[in-house]
Amino acid sequence: MSEQTHDVAEHDLAPGEEEEHSVGARVLSYVVGLVLALLLTATSFFIAGTDLVWQPSIPVALIVLAIAQMGVHLVFFLHITTGPDNTNNVLALAFGLMVVLLVIGGSIWIMANLNANMMPMDHIMRMQ
Amino acid sequence: MLGKLDWSAIPLDQPIPLVAGGVVLVAIFGVLTWVVVKGHLPYLWREWITSVDHKRIGVMYILLASVMLLRGGSDAIMMRIQQAVAYQSPGYLPPEHYNQIFSAHGTIMIFFVAMPFVIGLMNLIVPLQLGVRDVAFPTLNSVGFWLTATGALLVNISLVVGEFARTGWLAFPPLSELSYSPGVGVDYYAWSLQISGIGTLVAGINLVTTVLKLRTKGMNYLRMPMFCWTTLASNLLIVAAFPILTATLAMLLLDRYLGFHFFTNEAGGNVMMFMNLIWAWGHPEVYILVLPAFGIFSEVVSTFSGKALFGYRSMVLATMAICVVSFMVWLHHFFTMGAGPNVNAIFGIASMIIAIPTGVKIYNWLFTMYGGRIRFATPMLWSIGFMVTFIIGGLTGVLLAVPPADFILHNSMFLVAHFHNVIIGGVLFGVFAGFEYWFPKAFGFRLDERWGKAAFWFTFIGFFITFMPLYIVGLLGMTRRMQHYDVAAWRPWMMVAVIGVAVLTIGVICQIVQIVVSVRNREALRDRTGDPWDGRSLEWSTSSPPPVFNFAFNPDVRGEDAYWDMKARAKQQMLDADGPQYRDIEMPRNSPTGFVCAFFATIMGFALIWHIWWMVILGGLGAWATFVVFAWRDHDEYVIPAAEVAAIDRLNLQQRRGLVSTAGEA
Ligand code: HEM
Ligand SMILES: [Cu+2]
Repeated sequence: MSEQTHDVAEHDLAPGEEEEHSVGARVLSYVVGLVLALLLTATSFFIAGTDLVWQPSIPVALIVLAIAQMGVHLVFFLHITTGPDNTNNVLALAFGLMVVLLVIGGSIWIMANLNANMMPMDHIMRMQ
Repeated sequence: MLGKLDWSAIPLDQPIPLVAGGVVLVAIFGVLTWVVVKGHLPYLWREWITSVDHKRIGVMYILLASVMLLRGGSDAIMMRIQQAVAYQSPGYLPPEHYNQIFSAHGTIMIFFVAMPFVIGLMNLIVPLQLGVRDVAFPTLNSVGFWLTATGALLVNISLVVGEFARTGWLAFPPLSELSYSPGVGVDYYAWSLQISGIGTLVAGINLVTTVLKLRTKGMNYLRMPMFCWTTLASNLLIVAAFPILTATLAMLLLDRYLGFHFFTNEAGGNVMMFMNLIWAWGHPEVYILVLPAFGIFSEVVSTFSGKALFGYRSMVLATMAICVVSFMVWLHHFFTMGAGPNVNAIFGIASMIIAIPTGVKIYNWLFTMYGGRIRFATPMLWSIGFMVTFIIGGLTGVLLAVPPADFILHNSMFLVAHFHNVIIGGVLFGVFAGFEYWFPKAFGFRLDERWGKAAFWFTFIGFFITFMPLYIVGLLGMTRRMQHYDVAAWRPWMMVAVIGVAVLTIGVICQIVQIVVSVRNREALRDRTGDPWDGRSLEWSTSSPPPVFNFAFNPDVRGEDAYWDMKARAKQQMLDADGPQYRDIEMPRNSPTGFVCAFFATIMGFALIWHIWWMVILGGLGAWATFVVFAWRDHDEYVIPAAEVAAIDRLNLQQRRGLVSTAGEA
């Protein structure tokens, strides 16, 4: 089984296959990831409830924090890097992102359109 | 104790499901008794049920699909007869029963016929074409298969215990919500799809990984056979789309079980969101089905024309283009729901764009045939029949993608004709072509050509007699899913359609006879060469059926059409006269994990449907424990010693040496 795996695509490792780093370095990377993730989570909870910042900026801040959170997970836990040994993983991520953006973006666009066009009559009356 | 389950669940007052269920039960018990009495049970358990061999799992997928095709086909016959007789009369099927039949028909045909058939063929052939010994995750593969079987089993249990959904094959709310469907029908539907959906996702992950990570030496991406490319595209779509289905059904289930309001009419639920999500899965799903069929046709057309596939690179590009664009068109299923003209126009245009790469493929197949020495064997007949049929279906699809036209044709019989036109003419013809083409590889003997050709002609002609009238009644204003009607103009066409179904049924019977006749004559039809069709890709370079380890040596690939190349050069290392150095081969051990997991999943699914909570916990714990045991295993591989490999391989080489020396000239 194993011989064919290494014949092809020697430069591409599946997640979890990398072995070059020592145990200590790997534990450290997980700890850093965990701390960052917790920090980002705590900040989100804090921002959601605080009135220290300008209110309309809160949703934007939450979105930014959520994206940062994804980044931390990808880098520290799923080990996505830009190295040449990671082409498949990066391509998979790109494909996943594309699909998620298409589906979510499309859905929001469609639903907004439907909501505007299919508004119940009394709503339309009230708006006038 | 037993939740909602009691004696009233058995439909004693309805003869049809009871008789049908009875016949199925008798058949199952008959087969089981025969197996036990003849002492085949240990063999079945060891060699098939616990098998993690991709070829065996592929065969089991195809067997499941074939059995379910008969069940879905009976539903179809019943519906066509109902619509033929129910002119100004209630017909013979009461509405609540008729509604269950069309829902079960669609669900079964998509999830338990088309899906397992294509996944079965991919499992069986892709590792052989890639020149490798197994798929990436053999045991997971077995889990995937058995979970699919669980889903199929639950759907069939609904025939005699309780009822099936009356909501159509996609269970649109608010009809599928608790207030309008209080029975267990929708629960049967949703849980069987949730469980088999996990199986499909697992199969998708496995096949994507196999194509990306396990290829033999020299098999770079642009040397892979077309079927591997379409497998990759189709499984990428599975991985991307099936989670949407799972999430959508999970929300529907939350509505039904825990009083949530995702899709209800009241309390802020939004029915339109269900349509949006289910079609965001649903449209990619149709390409999940048809892309592998495109791959099969590519293999078949090139083999039986004796030429390399025309425009291989454009074919790859077209496949990947379809893979991406199929995620941008889902709104064409609900143009009429009220989006504005800009949204409708953009999704309409995107839908029409898909026809471009599809057209590229059609031209590539035609040019592959052009100037070739064509052999009209059964797989080739299915392929040519496909081209004729699918073009019509594709064109009516483009017509439906024009929003103003769709406002008239949406949910009419015209739509029904469209999707049967592409699914039967594309997917079903495709898997039949693949079945005829690769059967000798899987079992070591060919199928009878005469019965095969008869099956093709009856199916082909029967298809047109059944579905062309549906286009016409659609244009005459008949909507889909009518239990009875009073319009005289529709009647004659419904009578024609029912005759068509009779012809189609003869086609199915021919196919069954073909298998029986071929099994009887298997000695005469035996294929000792491993290459009965003068094939071009690596699956034909090993024996039929292939040994467990597929290849004694991982083949060394130097170009497209790898095996054709080897035959032409005839100097491949495998065929060296003095015999190569054999080595031990490690193969994954068989494992009952898949079967046991699915056993507990069945219990859990059934208990969830009937609200038997202690049994849910029991089933869940069982499945989890099975997983833990599997995760902690020590020995998952065994070794086939070099001597055994050598013995098996030498026999194979002896038998085919004659063939190779002559094939190069063709
Ligand atoms: C050129 C390619 C195609 C186009 C433009 C197209 C377009 C459409 C449109 C616009 C509809 C919705 C009609 C309505 O509901 O009023 C539709 C329905 C459908 N199509 Fe296609 N189609 C294409 C190819 C295919 C293929 C290849 C398949 C399957 C292998 C397929 C399967 C279906 C199914 C299953 C439905 C209806 C499902 C339902 O409402 O229950 N289509 N198609
Ligand atoms: Cu579609």
